Amino acid sequence: MSTPVIEARNVTRVLPGVIPVTLVRDVNMSVDQGEFVSIVGPSGSGKSSLLYLLGLLDVPTEGELYLQGIETSTLEDHEMARLRLEKLGFVFQFHFLLPEFDALTNIMVPMRRLGKMSYRAMRDRARQLLADFGLEEAADKRPGQLSGGMRQRVAVARALANDPLVILADEPTGNLDQKSGRNVFDIFERLVDDMGTTIIAVTHDEHLAALTQRQITIVDGVIHTDHKVNRGLPPTGNEDRPGHGI
Amino acid sequence: MPLAFDIALTHLLTRKRQTAVSMLGVAMGVGFAIAMAGLMDGFQTYFVSKVIDVTPHIIMKDEFRTPPVQPAAIRYSHGAFSLRGVRPRDEIRGIRRAQSIITSLSRRENLSVAPTLEGQVFLRYGSKDVGASLIGIEPDRQRTVSNLERDLTAGSLDALKTSANGLIVGLDLARKLGVKMRDTVTAVSPAGVILKMKIVGIFRTGLINLDGSTAYALLKKVQVLQKRTNVINQINMRLKDADQARRVAASIERRFRYRTESWQEANEGVLGVFVIQHAIMYATTGAILVVACFGIFNVISTIIFEKTRDIAILKSMGFEERDIRTIFLIEGVAVGVLGSLLGWGLGYALLQLLASVKFDVEGIVKLQGFVLNSTWVHYAVGTAAAMGSAAFAAYLPARKAARLRPVDIIRGAA
Repeated sequence: MSTPVIEARNVTRVLPGVIPVTLVRDVNMSVDQGEFVSIVGPSGSGKSSLLYLLGLLDVPTEGELYLQGIETSTLEDHEMARLRLEKLGFVFQFHFLLPEFDALTNIMVPMRRLGKMSYRAMRDRARQLLADFGLEEAADKRPGQLSGGMRQRVAVARALANDPLVILADEPTGNLDQKSGRNVFDIFERLVDDMGTTIIAVTHDEHLAALTQRQITIVDGVIHTDHKVNRGLPPTGNEDRPGHGI
Repeated sequence: MPLAFDIALTHLLTRKRQTAVSMLGVAMGVGFAIAMAGLMDGFQTYFVSKVIDVTPHIIMKDEFRTPPVQPAAIRYSHGAFSLRGVRPRDEIRGIRRAQSIITSLSRRENLSVAPTLEGQVFLRYGSKDVGASLIGIEPDRQRTVSNLERDLTAGSLDALKTSANGLIVGLDLARKLGVKMRDTVTAVSPAGVILKMKIVGIFRTGLINLDGSTAYALLKKVQVLQKRTNVINQINMRLKDADQARRVAASIERRFRYRTESWQEANEGVLGVFVIQHAIMYATTGAILVVACFGIFNVISTIIFEKTRDIAILKSMGFEERDIRTIFLIEGVAVGVLGSLLGWGLGYALLQLLASVKFDVEGIVKLQGFVLNSTWVHYAVGTAAAMGSAAFAAYLPARKAARLRPVDIIRGAA
């Protein structure tokens, strides 16, 4: 069996304080290359906290985390930053684009930080990513000039900029209407199917979670269920899947 | 353009007004520093050059720094004894064996020597009595130790030799007395000798205490007037290199024991004031820069406060603490650089403005306006101080920003 892309062993995260709060308790899970996993659960259940731990944004209080078999829970801040830059891509509920820069520049930010390509190559890649998501005309527009759905697609494009191993999405549709949200999940599906990208998405939308291959339910910081989803079930009455050119 | 620059400049450009205000703060600091440095340095350089130019560089006086040792102390150098009511002997004032000292000093290189006898006299003209310090000189030697001849506005040094009782007075002294060239004044000495003297020259040096209370006459005449035949009480010296005065004066004093003052020692009071002036100048411009720093601190802090989300996303994308710090340091330094450049313009403009102001002022020197002396050093020092403080003012919030944990912000926003 191949090494899992992400693995958590007995991971616990406690927020220190007068009354310590346990966000995540004794979580064991592993995600393989090309899996599309959703983490669901009631609000405050610790699903986002788990995602931050998996995404190396937070450090577990106890337990070990592995990225491609390498232990990451003991790394220094800058080593974790390097891994985030090279191997991970994030999509958050709010688009978190840099408001002063146009869409093209925003997508180029991670590439420029990594600095492995010429400026021209970065720009070409950014244009290609925009084109992939039907956002050609958004290239020179700033986030403020784009619709919520378009912004979130730009954010996804940016998450893909450095061709990451895993995309971690935290309520990526939480701020979008149903149609745009569905659209984002369609993009994820396409990435998994076509590119073999691994995606872990936190959502509280059962319908969207049903689009993924595997659903992990968190309750009170503990994994409640972890099961495969039968894909292809139409989740809502909204049958007409929108195209990508919105 | 590197990414950090791109982000930093974009931050500043989207806050043009705030950025401009903090830049102006820096510009004021640098500008005033340059102008004040130019002003003070100008005056000080002018004063020092005046002093070096007009007065002798070294003066040997007919006194000792320490009173003579009592014979008992010499005899019983290790004994315990006590002498009470001892008064130093009243000696005939004057430098003894002056001629041999002068001969010996004349042998030194780069040193000109002139003997003088200085004493107080009353100059009387009409109903006015004005006290003055009368210096007896030998014109040919005096020429080698001071620029008195050049400073004459009327008459000549040689006229002292050709007229019977010639007197050269300072311009302000002449005004006080109300005398003109070729007028005759009466000189009265403490020794009781009265001499009619004729004004054969008027000088103006620009140093108030010289122009207002000094007169020159032939050494022989002054010796007669003071009843001190063949006595001199000062030996004036001039060096090729005025900066050596302190060292040379000390070596001469060690050799001949007479109190020998360099121009620095003679003007210690004024030079001491200059040190205080400098301190005040640096304190003032420093204060302006501190205020400017608050401006920079403020604008960077504001940017960071507004940009916490951006910082969080940059860090989640893999930016390290160092990268974030760099961004905001660049912002502070950029404000410092642009502010300094603006400050150069401001400082230059202020100097031009000051230079165009004309007025008469009588302090320790006489001036018709500000003497300005501006060098690139002033610009460099002002800029360095501004850059240093800008970087410091930016570093504090930048460090805080770099330490932000993305999780905290994302949690808060979500």
